[in-house]
Amino acid sequence: MGTAVYNWIDERLGLTEALTFAKKKTVPLHAHSFWYYWGGLSLFFFIIQALTGILLLVYYRPGADAFESVRQITYQMHFGWLIRSAHSWSANLFIFSIFVHMFSVFFMKAYRKPREFGWFSGMGLLSLAMVFGFSGYLLPMDELAFFATKVGLQIPGSTPVVGPLLADMVRGGPEVNEFTVQRFFALHVVVLPALFLPLLGLHLWLVQRHGNAVPESEAAKPVAERKSIPFFPNFFAKDLAMWLIALNTLAVLASLFPWDLGKPADSLAAAPPGIHPEWYFMSAFQTLKWLGSWFPGALGEFLGIGVFNVGILLWLVIPFYDGSTRSGQRGRRAHYFGLIVVTAVAITTIAGYWSVR
Amino acid sequence: MSTVTDKIVPEPDEQAGRRGFLAAAITAGAAYAAALAYPVYRYLASPIEQSAAMSAVTEVALKDAQKLSPGSVLMFKFGTQPAMLIHHKDGQWVGLGAVCSHLGCTVQYQPGPNRIHCYCHGGEYDPQTGANIGGPPPRPLKKYVVKVTDEAVVVSRA
Repeated sequence: MGTAVYNWIDERLGLTEALTFAKKKTVPLHAHSFWYYWGGLSLFFFIIQALTGILLLVYYRPGADAFESVRQITYQMHFGWLIRSAHSWSANLFIFSIFVHMFSVFFMKAYRKPREFGWFSGMGLLSLAMVFGFSGYLLPMDELAFFATKVGLQIPGSTPVVGPLLADMVRGGPEVNEFTVQRFFALHVVVLPALFLPLLGLHLWLVQRHGNAVPESEAAKPVAERKSIPFFPNFFAKDLAMWLIALNTLAVLASLFPWDLGKPADSLAAAPPGIHPEWYFMSAFQTLKWLGSWFPGALGEFLGIGVFNVGILLWLVIPFYDGSTRSGQRGRRAHYFGLIVVTAVAITTIAGYWSVR
Repeated sequence: MSTVTDKIVPEPDEQAGRRGFLAAAITAGAAYAAALAYPVYRYLASPIEQSAAMSAVTEVALKDAQKLSPGSVLMFKFGTQPAMLIHHKDGQWVGLGAVCSHLGCTVQYQPGPNRIHCYCHGGEYDPQTGANIGGPPPRPLKKYVVKVTDEAVVVSRA
């Protein structure tokens, strides 16, 4: 009976093919194998975001009622505080995992041929994740959300020529108000998932197609000396164990450090002291602050945006100028570029927190 | 030399150990799933509990309803459900649930023909007693006790 059912499904969906593929798929085993988990962890936190997001959608009301509905979720609905806290914490862990994943890919040089599109799609997913974060941050419409969005939109707003129109279109007017919440909501729950999911599908398909990249030190070894483990069930089981650790970490953070809901946004109130963006925007925030004080006026703004755009562009197109698989001069240069970026991001982030402490 | 099958078939001890591990793993997994499912269930069930608390009311005071003119009706909520306060032309006050006993539509008091009618399926009720007198309704409407004071009309559960 079981066999008959299996055969019936197999004939139509090709289960055996998938199983054969899963059995044949292997994951390299070496000193840096730990970094292979971070893509899967990012995926895990994305799934948590989807599930907790759907739960929040059950009671959330965008527009003028936004703060009140989040207040109800946090203080009236059973475990609403926990669902919301998990969504906020998981958002941060999600972006953190993507960053770790990105830097590990960078330093393993996993963006090289034939994995260029893995790198590009991954950068696309990171950008979308950051827009997810930015748009989601406004939705509770408390004081912090209000000012973070107000300030955050000044940056694209200062782009020459198109900036002001762009910022007005994003805000739905010259001010952050209920129209802004309404359109950020549409962006956050409809537009972004619709863009994210197909790109994620492509990204995951490319991983299956090309398999895991190995670091240069490993690639230099003769094939016979390289070790690997089967994806199913060995690596899969380890992956699940990592997911369990991730879930426990999230549970501890979300329940012991419940996410705060501030005062309702008041367009007449002054910005509270120590206001600052989320940590993943801190580096950009601090750099713009420094450039602004070194080069006052429009020049500073222009320079800041210029430095960022050029930096991000260079980072994005790295497969094109570091495509060589021999570890020569060019390979080393990309490595130094990566180290400079990590150092600069770390210094500006720490400095940013230092200045608002 | 031992054959390959000797290695694969586990010793009875080992087999029991595996079974024990599997049982423990399934129990732990089920406990974990329950720990995740419980807050989600309570979260989703919150409004059900809130309306249960609301429908537990035994008395509703309708402020200024004593000024309701004879031959008219006031619709109000008793707990979570719609109800009617009818001030009859002969001065009598009647409090009735407005939920049709047939399929739950909201019924209407019509002062002209002095009847309670349900437009969904043509149910008819007596406006004095709430008794089902025509159409498909199987039971009378819910009847409340009405007390008129100088400031309000107090409607309470019978």
